[in-house]
Amino acid sequence: MPESVNKGPSSSAPAGEKIRKTAKPKKKKAGTFGTALANTPFVVWSAAFIIIPLLFVLYYSFFDPEKGFSIEYIKVFFTEPMYMKAFGLSALYSVIATLISLVIAYPFAYFLSKVSPASQRLQMVLIMLPMWMNMLLRTYSWNQILQDNGLINKLLGVFGISSVHFLGTPGAVILGMVYNYLPYMILPIYTAMSKIDRPLLEASEDLGCNGFQKLRRVIFPLSLSGVISGVIMVFVPSISTFYISQKMSLGKVTLIGDIIEQQIKLHYAEGGLNRGAAMSLVLMIIILIATFIMNRFSDEDEGVLM
Amino acid sequence: MKRVRKNREYAVPVPAKVFMALIYVFLYAPLIIMVVFSFNSGNGTTVFEGVSVKWYGELFSGRGSSGEYLAALKNSLILAVSSAVVSTVLGTLAAVGVYRLKSRKLSEAFMTVNNIPMMNPDIVTGVSMMMMFVFVGTLIGTSGDKVNFWTLLIAHITFNIPYVLLNVLPKLRATDRSIMEAAMDLGCTPVKAFFKAVMPQIIPGVISGLLMAFTLSFDDFVISYYVSGNDFVTLPIKIYTAVKKPVKPNLYALYSIIFIVILLMLIGYNLLQNKSLKAKGKK
Amino acid sequence: MKENMILELKNITVSFDGETVLDNLNLSIRDGEFVTFLGASGCGKTTTLRVIAGFITPDSGDVFFDGGRINDLPPYKRQVNTIFQRYALFPHLNVFDNVAFGLKVAGMKKEEIRPKVEEMLELVNMKAFAHRKIHTLSGGQQQRVAIARALVNSPRILLLDEPLAALDYKLRKDMQNELRRIQRATGITFIFVTHDQEEALSMSDTVVVMNEGKIQQIGSPTDIYNEPQNAFVADFIGESNIIDGVMLEDYKVRLDGRDFECLDKGFAPKEPVDVVIRPEDVDIVPLEKGKLEGEVTAITFKGDYYEMIVDVCGFKWMVQATDETKVGTKVGLIIEPDAIHIMKKSKYSGMFGDYSTFSDEMDQMDAEEEALEQMEESDNA
Repeated sequence: MPESVNKGPSSSAPAGEKIRKTAKPKKKKAGTFGTALANTPFVVWSAAFIIIPLLFVLYYSFFDPEKGFSIEYIKVFFTEPMYMKAFGLSALYSVIATLISLVIAYPFAYFLSKVSPASQRLQMVLIMLPMWMNMLLRTYSWNQILQDNGLINKLLGVFGISSVHFLGTPGAVILGMVYNYLPYMILPIYTAMSKIDRPLLEASEDLGCNGFQKLRRVIFPLSLSGVISGVIMVFVPSISTFYISQKMSLGKVTLIGDIIEQQIKLHYAEGGLNRGAAMSLVLMIIILIATFIMNRFSDEDEGVLM
Repeated sequence: MKRVRKNREYAVPVPAKVFMALIYVFLYAPLIIMVVFSFNSGNGTTVFEGVSVKWYGELFSGRGSSGEYLAALKNSLILAVSSAVVSTVLGTLAAVGVYRLKSRKLSEAFMTVNNIPMMNPDIVTGVSMMMMFVFVGTLIGTSGDKVNFWTLLIAHITFNIPYVLLNVLPKLRATDRSIMEAAMDLGCTPVKAFFKAVMPQIIPGVISGLLMAFTLSFDDFVISYYVSGNDFVTLPIKIYTAVKKPVKPNLYALYSIIFIVILLMLIGYNLLQNKSLKAKGKK
Repeated sequence: MKENMILELKNITVSFDGETVLDNLNLSIRDGEFVTFLGASGCGKTTTLRVIAGFITPDSGDVFFDGGRINDLPPYKRQVNTIFQRYALFPHLNVFDNVAFGLKVAGMKKEEIRPKVEEMLELVNMKAFAHRKIHTLSGGQQQRVAIARALVNSPRILLLDEPLAALDYKLRKDMQNELRRIQRATGITFIFVTHDQEEALSMSDTVVVMNEGKIQQIGSPTDIYNEPQNAFVADFIGESNIIDGVMLEDYKVRLDGRDFECLDKGFAPKEPVDVVIRPEDVDIVPLEKGKLEGEVTAITFKGDYYEMIVDVCGFKWMVQATDETKVGTKVGLIIEPDAIHIMKKSKYSGMFGDYSTFSDEMDQMDAEEEALEQMEESDNA
């Protein structure tokens, strides 16, 4: 049904000149029916494959095929020391990885926004390129580099330093996280910085800011939304990862992601599915709270995205 | 005079350049190792024994693990293409729908739902979909293996749609609203007006959405891991099982080729972009 | 007046979100006329245009085209074409393809399209630009392409939604003449929307003054200027002093305590009225020779004349004269009978026509509005 033949006051928009007065965005005049038609597939799909699956997580967190309702699966998360330890390590490592990424990415993004536009475009490509290669294989490649007889130890050997065990240490796990997610920190910060108007910087100089003051008073506040996006985009996959810990710690470090994976693999046996669901639920809620807090720092509504 | 100013604008001190170079070394080290060791004449990926292209020959022979990799590659390509196409259609339609929503509250609600798969950790998205599929599977008595192309496809479409929508929506918002009306004024039905007048304006967003969906789908491991079974193995899942033991350089050879293909595509894209920017600059 | 009505709007009411935008509007337009909807932002003129184009279906009332009701006819089936405010040219097509768009959609053959498009480009003097990209054209050139794109479909009515708003002053003047020429050459009914009263007066056969979703007056430009029907129209079209008066009898009105001869009649005895006197119709004379006495409080040089504010017993008159009078001078004012226009009292009485608040403030507000519009335009670009 064409939008133009739709009737009813609700299907019309204010006249062009009306808006100019109120300076509100011009609303689409139009067919409620056409709009509904365009929205239906999205609504149906999101309900079926985003909302309902999350309800199943909720369901399996509390319902067992045999025992029925039970809070045991949630409870075990807080009572079993192994789980709490895994969660504590996940939180610790992901926070450290996020901070390291931020410390590296912020100056990187700043310098990147200073080079010539052509070079900026090229470097954006260079930063994104590794993201398009398989993460598992890149992590495996790091594993090979850090082996006892790997490249790094060979280099150290040249300087007469005896072999260092990297793999299996928390440092290796954190390195894996920083390596994998660093571009997610660089890109939003760079995007925010490149949007800062050059005249704005000149104005701050004109008003007497020296280099550091300019950074602190103008550039940092204006790039904060990018920082927050970056922090979320590094923190979320870091805290929930499971293959990085497997590859980089050789099984010595167990993170919450590993535990979910192990439990889910058990399927119905030993209530694995239920425990996996319960832990996913807890993880999700914690991340939700963390992102909510992070977003409080930025009042821009696009803060979450790039 | 102008030149001096330009230099000042784009000046980056040498220590900063060194710092940036080091970051690139960090980002590219594993990739360089991968390419180098794909030419290893030895069997491992830790010790370089000599230059040889035998692993490329081994890869294309399709014997043993090479055959499995190539089969998984084919599966990944089929899945990536089909999920990218479907999610581009659905995501573009969704973008049009959200764009036309008059209620601000409603469109905010839609965008929140849209953001869920992006904000949620992949493991939770994967686990949640798996649970639904398990539940439905036991309900209708289908074993997961028979349908796991479809479960993968559904999962990939689901996590792709948000990215397509986010690529298309800004383009729609940047399009002059009168364009659609102008086309209708000149005799187009609304559907025809959309394709003849609006589509050409948003096509860059649609294409970048499509490409993003393709690469996300092609690379996805975590979500796929939870919603797949044994009869449709994608490349990332194959790699996950493969890297549990030390792998042979044939896998490196495969990814070196993929790396070169992506590199060429990106360079081509970059050149094209520079060219079009220059063309615009001339005007 | 009844002959050849190409378009009739009957009791049209449109509201958005409970706010009435068009309020029981009635209007008839003759075939071949150049009609202008004139009004400030938000008066409903663009909404009316969109009702005619078919982009808005009225809540109630009917639209008749050549005698047939077309309420439910979608825009793409109406014999009406629109020039949009910012032209809405298709950026992905060149000039030729933009103009050919409507004909292609209608399924016309390529070899038929070419001569028609070329003829149209000729008409708007854009033949040399046929293969240029839209973004390489200037505003005025884009304007011409938009006109050609609409006219090539031989519409019965051409709707123009503030088409000249984005052009600079000189180009605007040229395009006004150009549009008038094209309208005469093609004989197509033009419905033109503008907030610029000068533009409306100089181009149109008929001017429709609108405010708050209602038609305030319909008439020829001279009627609208010389015989405004209420204080709103008098104030909106040109400058006016609007003074409270009392009609003593036919041809005699009392204002500011003095009796004046006038040319109006037909009012009730002692009826309170609004009296309109244009600033250029007030003559300044030495104090003792004037009928009214006042003091010059401000004077501005306007190029070919001086604009003065004269305080007459607390009411500030605007007076235009070719001779300078120093501020503070006491002067006399004379008003000829034919300079006086009497209007019935309306809801707008007392709202306009006193220049005591007239000052830089108003100029500043105008400037701000203009800046806002320009910002919007650049946003769009």
